[in-house]
Amino acid sequence: MALVFYVAFDGSQHEADVPVGSSVMDGAVNNGIDGILAECGGAMSCATCHVYIDDAWVSKVSAPTEMEQEMLEVVSNPKENSRLSCQVTITTEMEGLKVHLPESQF
Amino acid sequence: MKSVVIIGASHAAVDAISTLRKKGWSGKVVLVGDEVPLPYHRPPLSKAYLQDQISEEKLLIRNEQFYQDSDVTLMLGRRAESINRETHSITLDGGETLAYDKLILATGTRTRYFPIKGGDLPSVHYLRTKADADRIKTQLVSGKKILLIGAGYIGLEIAASAVKSGCEVVVVELADRVLARVTSPEVSSFYQRFHAEQGVDIRLNTGVQSMEVAGAAYRATLNTGGTVDFDAVVIGIGVVPNVELAEDAGLSCDNGILVNEFGATDDEDIYAVGDCSRYHSLIYDRKIRLESIPNASGQARTAAAAICADEIAYNEVPWFWSDQYDIKLQTAGLFEGYDEVVVRGNPSENKFSVFYLKAGRVLAVDAINSPMEFMIAKKLILAKAVLEAYVIRDMSIKPKDFLG
Repeated sequence: MALVFYVAFDGSQHEADVPVGSSVMDGAVNNGIDGILAECGGAMSCATCHVYIDDAWVSKVSAPTEMEQEMLEVVSNPKENSRLSCQVTITTEMEGLKVHLPESQF
Repeated sequence: MKSVVIIGASHAAVDAISTLRKKGWSGKVVLVGDEVPLPYHRPPLSKAYLQDQISEEKLLIRNEQFYQDSDVTLMLGRRAESINRETHSITLDGGETLAYDKLILATGTRTRYFPIKGGDLPSVHYLRTKADADRIKTQLVSGKKILLIGAGYIGLEIAASAVKSGCEVVVVELADRVLARVTSPEVSSFYQRFHAEQGVDIRLNTGVQSMEVAGAAYRATLNTGGTVDFDAVVIGIGVVPNVELAEDAGLSCDNGILVNEFGATDDEDIYAVGDCSRYHSLIYDRKIRLESIPNASGQARTAAAAICADEIAYNEVPWFWSDQYDIKLQTAGLFEGYDEVVVRGNPSENKFSVFYLKAGRVLAVDAINSPMEFMIAKKLILAKAVLEAYVIRDMSIKPKDFLG
C-alpha cells in the first residue's frame, strides 16, 4: 500500500491507500474520488483520468509512452506534468504521492 | 422508504449507483444480476484477461467497499423473471417479489447463437462472461489450433490473444472483409493485412457448415468445400439485446427497449440504459442502439439524474475502442451514410485515421494508433463540423486546428 493524496481543483484534499501494482486511477475510482471519470477503465482509450503530478514527485514517476503523450496533448489544459492516471502504477517508492486534478476531464 | 431497483450488474449499474448517491437519492438501491461476481469490466475478457495479464480483482469495476459505502443491496446470482407494472414490483427466480418506485433496466445483450451441426461439442465457446473467458483461457496454450467463427471485434481480439499465446489461428468470415459491420473497407484491409502478418489465417467469404470430432481434436467443414482442424472454436457472430423482460411487460421495443432522451421507457417509472436500449440520437437524428461502454455509462448517469429530478437530455458522441496486438483502434461516431472517405496518415506505418464525411460533415472517425485525431473527432462530431478533405489529409495541420 502507498498513501496517495488527490488534490481536487477547489483545493480540497482526499487521501487513499492504494495497493502497489495498481494505478493512481484505480485508487481514485475505488475510493470514490470525484474528478477522475475513467470511462474506459484503464485501457488508455478515453483520456478521462487526466491528473497533474505534483512537482515534487515528477522525477519519481515513469515517463509517458508516445501514445499517452499524444492523448495528453489534446486533454483540456495540458501541462508539463500531465499524466493519464491509469498509466501511473503505484510502486513502494510512491508513499505520499500527490496528484492534482484538473478542472474538467473534457 | 423509496426504492430504485437496477436489473443487470454492469457498467451501467455502477454509474447509476454512483450518480444516484451523488445526486442525493436517499432511498434504497437494489442491484439484481444473474451473474455471481460483482460488476466487472468486459472489454479485457477478450484481451488482457484472456492473456493472463490482469487479475480477477482488477477486473472489478468497483471494489466491494464501493457498494457498502453506497448502501446498495446486492442480489447477485439472481434472475429477474418478470416486471409487474401494476404493483410496481419485479418477480425473481424462485418467485420472490421486490418492490420498486423506479426501475432501471440494464439487461445488456447476449451472444447470438449459431445453430450448427456440432454446435454442442464440448470445445465450442462463446465469449460474453468472465466464466466464458475462464474456459477459453484454458484452451489458449502454445501449439493448439484455435478456430474463430466471425471476424468482428470479438473474433479478431481473441485471434490476437491466441496468437500471442502461441496458438495456430484460423478466422472464418462470411462477409468479404473483416469488421464489415463496424467499419469501412479501408480499415478492414488494414486489419486483414496486420493479422496476416502476425500469422492469422483469415478466410473471407467462408462459412462453417458443420463440426465433428476428428481423432483427439475436431474438424469443421466449410461451405467452400475445405475443412479446418481445431482444438477449440469460439463463435463471435454478434449479440442480441435482452428486451424480453420489457417486452413481456408491454413496454415498446424495436431492436432495443425504446427510451427517450432521459432514458425513460413508455412507463415513466421504468428506465432502460446501455446496450439493451434504443434512443433517438440528437447528433444523427435517428434511433440508435449502441454496444458501447461509454454509452452505457452515460445513459445510466442520465437516467439516475432524471430519477433525482435533474433532467439533462443525453447527447454524447458514441465511441468505441478495440485493442489488437499493439494496435489501438478508437472510433468516434457512427459512419453509416457517409459519402466520402478521407484517409489521414499512412496505413503502412500502422498509424493513420479515416474520416467519414457526409456532404463535408464529419460523421465518424476511425483512429488507428492516432489518439489525437480520435479526441478531436469527438468534438468535431458533436459540433456537426464541416471539414475539407485536403485539410484532413494535410499532416502539417494538427488535429487541434481542425476545430477552427
